[in-house]
Formats: sequence, structure tokens, C-alpha cells
Amino acid sequence: MIMTLKTLSKIALVTFVSATVVACASKPKEEPVAPMPEPVPTPAPMPEAAPTPAPVAPVGVIPGSQQDFVVNVGDRVYFDLDQSGLREDAKALLDAQAAWLVRYPAVKIRIEGNADERGTREYNFALGARRAESVSQYLTQKGVVPARISTISYGKENPLDTTASEDGWAKNRNAKTTLTEGAQ
Amino acid sequence: MIRNSTPHRHFMIRSLMALASVIAALSCAVMPASAQEPLRATVNQGVIEPLPIAIKIDSAATNASGNLGTQISKVVMADLERSGFFRPIDPNAFIQSQLDVNVTPNFENWRTINAQALSNGMAFIDGQGRLQVDFRLWDVFSEKQLLGMSFTATPENYRRIAHKIADAIYEKLTGEEGYFDTRIVFVAESGGRAKRIKRLAIMDQDGANPSYLTDGSYKVMTPRFNADSQEITYMALRDDSARIYIFNIETGRQETVGQIKGMVFAPRFSPDGSKLAYSVAQGGNTDIYVMDLRSRSTRRLTTESSIETSPSFSADGSTIVFTSDRGGSPQIYAMNADGSGIRRITFGGGSYSTPVYSPKGDLIAFTKQSSGRFSIGVMGADGSGERLLTSSYLEEGPTWAPNGRYIMFFREPPGGMPSLWTVDVTGRVERAVPYPGGASDPAWSPRLK
Repeated sequence: MIMTLKTLSKIALVTFVSATVVACASKPKEEPVAPMPEPVPTPAPMPEAAPTPAPVAPVGVIPGSQQDFVVNVGDRVYFDLDQSGLREDAKALLDAQAAWLVRYPAVKIRIEGNADERGTREYNFALGARRAESVSQYLTQKGVVPARISTISYGKENPLDTTASEDGWAKNRNAKTTLTEGAQ
Repeated sequence: MIRNSTPHRHFMIRSLMALASVIAALSCAVMPASAQEPLRATVNQGVIEPLPIAIKIDSAATNASGNLGTQISKVVMADLERSGFFRPIDPNAFIQSQLDVNVTPNFENWRTINAQALSNGMAFIDGQGRLQVDFRLWDVFSEKQLLGMSFTATPENYRRIAHKIADAIYEKLTGEEGYFDTRIVFVAESGGRAKRIKRLAIMDQDGANPSYLTDGSYKVMTPRFNADSQEITYMALRDDSARIYIFNIETGRQETVGQIKGMVFAPRFSPDGSKLAYSVAQGGNTDIYVMDLRSRSTRRLTTESSIETSPSFSADGSTIVFTSDRGGSPQIYAMNADGSGIRRITFGGGSYSTPVYSPKGDLIAFTKQSSGRFSIGVMGADGSGERLLTSSYLEEGPTWAPNGRYIMFFREPPGGMPSLWTVDVTGRVERAVPYPGGASDPAWSPRLK
């Protein structure tokens, strides 16, 4: 060997480490952020029985259910471009949401702020957070206890309408109220 | 493993030249100016005229190296081509098919096909079953050797040898730091637009060797490298939370950063890796914080009721640039690293966001929106001299190559999948990154060691 490189051992060490990386990196261990729900035991399959006529489900929506909330009240309000102030149509819908939530006090909600794709990812997280907060404050003013409300922003990551058009973007500028607990 | 040494068996004079070249390449020193004008790929001089270069790495006959020489040649040629400085010559045009790495080439054969530089080499499997590649770089017109080097690695690591050869050639002929032996951490996207799966993934800078780092059960976004190590930070979005993590690519160790109340996003390392800047949205208001990673103490840097996000440290750690809409629309502001001295630095039409300091510290890359389009641009650290490099329906997320000459970003067509692109700071050399799937939020690694 004509020359001895001082860096040789260093290079060898580092490249060895990086060569072993792929194996380690392919299965990162994640520290759980929230405790996982207990697994629900699955009942053993029942022996096959002769079919019996099933009772017909009651027609209509169960009061106090997710479906009741979505169909009879509405779970989303919409915003103007780059705005987080509530429009009049949004206030009317939130009045109805508040009344419904006051009627069903066991229900907890998560308000999810959303933005259209005409902004950068990180700015849109911040914008969605503002929209969720606008809704949260309004519902609180209308009598919903703050402890029942959590907020999150999905930025532009969960679009409702995926068409790249003014109509699609307008639908994606919204805040959605999701029932997380206590619904029928 | 890859190691350097000089090629085996050589004449005395050539070995001295090789020695000098290896030292020059390893220390990134500029060769002393010779009486003759040195061969150079043009940098910063108007239109780039790509330098015609012939790459011919052969595989040793009667050896287990198979066609690795050809494979390595292809990787080197693709690297050099994408840089915009080189025009690799089609090997079918080569006149001289037999080249001995230890014999001076017949330069007339290479001048005839208009090659200005020639890199020839030999790949073979050594006694320990390892792949060794000896190569030289020649100035075809002055008939001088510019480089003589050798790399060794396990045969499956042949692409890294190729990237190191490409780096050596690039450095020798452009005078700039190479950037081919690097990797990209990015977000691999799959599924429909409304139910997109976003996984953290890593690949070589040329799109080879992709692998996933997370399983897709939650959305991962905005990874960023610690410039000092193979450590990254990123944001994880779940139905009910947004958190930031630090992940060590070498050990696979991952940790969540602090128990911070509110939504946490937009994490970035300080240049020395000792701190993390990030945004917290709480009560609808987003501000920038910084955490000392050793003591875990946090400090709030901005307090306005406006949005403050997308922080980026300057190379010396003294300044943070960020996005704020305190003036009514998103613009880029700068502040001292302690939060004092906030000043706006963009004043053009449209809105500006995601500023990223170059590793050299002289430029800031950013995303601009105006007239219904998105652009990636660069400007001076004080906001002066704005230049837009690319433009399309939707593009964002600039990240710098470690040499500060190239920017990678992602572009998404209307209703389509995002993909990764590179552009040089002149805006003249734009290339798609050859990765077949949906990809966004690239983060360019420091050079591998």
C-alpha cells in the first residue's frame, strides 16, 4: 500500500454503521403517545343456525346519534379564502349545533379545522387551528362547556373535495365537528 | 464499507501524481493553477455549457465482478448528467474499447469523439470478496491525469462507490463540494387524495434503495435533518394530535419531543443540533418556540396573535427566518435567535412561506404564491435579489443539497400525486428525481461519511 490514510479507520467505522442502518431503520420503534385501547375480545363463531327473519330496523334516525347530528344539524361550517372569521351561514349552523349539544350533555366533540390546498402545508396547519378555535369559541359562548371540546387542525391534509377548482377549494375550507364520546 | 487507496501497480511518476490528486480530493483543496488553463466545468458564467465527459469503468475479465463496472459507469453518468455541468458521452460512441487503468489512454481516440474529460477504471473482486474500483480522471486535451483513486466496498454497495467517484469528478472539475453520496428522507404518499397514506421514507439522492421508516398508521410530514448527524425530526399527525419526533436513522431510536400542550409542528434543528425550533398552535394562535434538547427547557420566541411558523436557522445559528401573516398576508420575517429584532424581509407581490437558509448561509430558499401559482425561489439573506427558479400549479418544501447549489422540492399537479424535483440556484437545471411513487416534503441529508 502506497499510502496510509488517517481517515481510513474512520471511514470504515462510519460506513459500517451506516451499512447496518437499513436493517435497524426499517422497523422504527415508536413510543406510544396515548395508551392503546384494550383489545375487544372477539366472540367465537356461533354454530350455524337456521336463518330466522330479522326484525326490521326502525325507520328514521336515532335521536342523539352521530347520524342525527350530521343529518338534522350539520357537522361542517365553511370559511372564506384565508379567513377564519365565522360567516352568517356558519353562525346559524353553529347555533343549531350548540342547541343539540346542550340537549345531549354527555357528548364530547373534536373540532377539526381544514384548509384548501392553495397554501403551504405548515401555514395551513396554523390556519386550520384558527378556524377550529373560531368554532370552539362560538360554541362555548352558546353554552357548550369548554371541557367537552377539543380542537385539532388537519391543515390541507384531509380534503373533502379533491377536484382542483374554486368549488372544491371552497368545500375544503371548513371546520368539522366530530362526536368523540357519548353519542347514542 | 468503502475505503480509499491508490490503485495497485503503477509507475513511479504516475503514483506521485495519483498521490497528489488523492490528497487534493480528500482535502477538497483546489489544485494549484498550472501554466496551462485547467479543465473546468463552467460555474457562474452565464449559460452553462455542459462538459462532454467519457466514463468507462470496466469489469475485470475472469473475475466475479460480473457487469458491476457497467453498472457503476451508469450511476456515475446519471449523477453527473443531473448536475447540469456534464454531458456524459454515449458509450456506444467510444472508439477505444480496451482501456487499461494502469496505461495512459490513447487521447486521440477520445478527442475524436469530442470528450474533454475521460474517467476510466477497473472494477474487480479482491481476495476478501470485496469490490474494488480503481479509477483515473484525465484531461483529454492536456493529456494530464487529474485524479487517481480507489474505493473498496462490499459488492452490494456498488452504488455508493459510484456516487463517491461522481463526487470526486464533480469536485475536481467544478471546484465545488460534491453532493452525490447523500440521501433523501421524504414522505412517501399513496392512496387517493382524500385518504392519503403518508409514510416517512429514505432513499439515495438519485432515487435508488428506497425504504420506509414508518408504517403508515399515522401521517408523517415535514422531516428535517440535523446538519451534524444522521438524525431527523418530523411531525406526526393523528386524528386527535400533532406531535414532533426525533428519529435516529442509524440506530432506529425514536423519541417524542416533550409533553407540549397544543398542536406541535414545523420542527427544525439548529445548525449545531443542540436546539429544536418549532411551532405550537394553542387557542388558535400559532407561535414559534425553541427547545434546548439537552435540558429540555423551552422558550417562546414570538407572542403576536398572528401566525408564526416554518422557522429556519441561519448557518451560524444567530438568526431565525420564519413565515408570519402579522402584516395581513403570509410573508417572511427574520429575528435574532432569542426572538428579538423581528423585521420583515419580503415585500414582493403575493405571499411567501417556508424560508430555508442555504448551508452556505448566503441565500434563503422559499415558496411563493402569486397569480394562482406556486414558485420556488431564492433571495439574499436580507431578502434582496429575489429570483424565482420554478413555477407550477402547486410546489413547495425546498431543501438544500449540502453544497448549497441545488434545491429539492415537491410538485403536485391538479388532483394528482406529488413528486420530487431538483433545480439549481440558477434555475437552468431542473430535473425530476427518479422515484416512481408519490413523494413530498424532501429533506436532503448531509454528506455521508
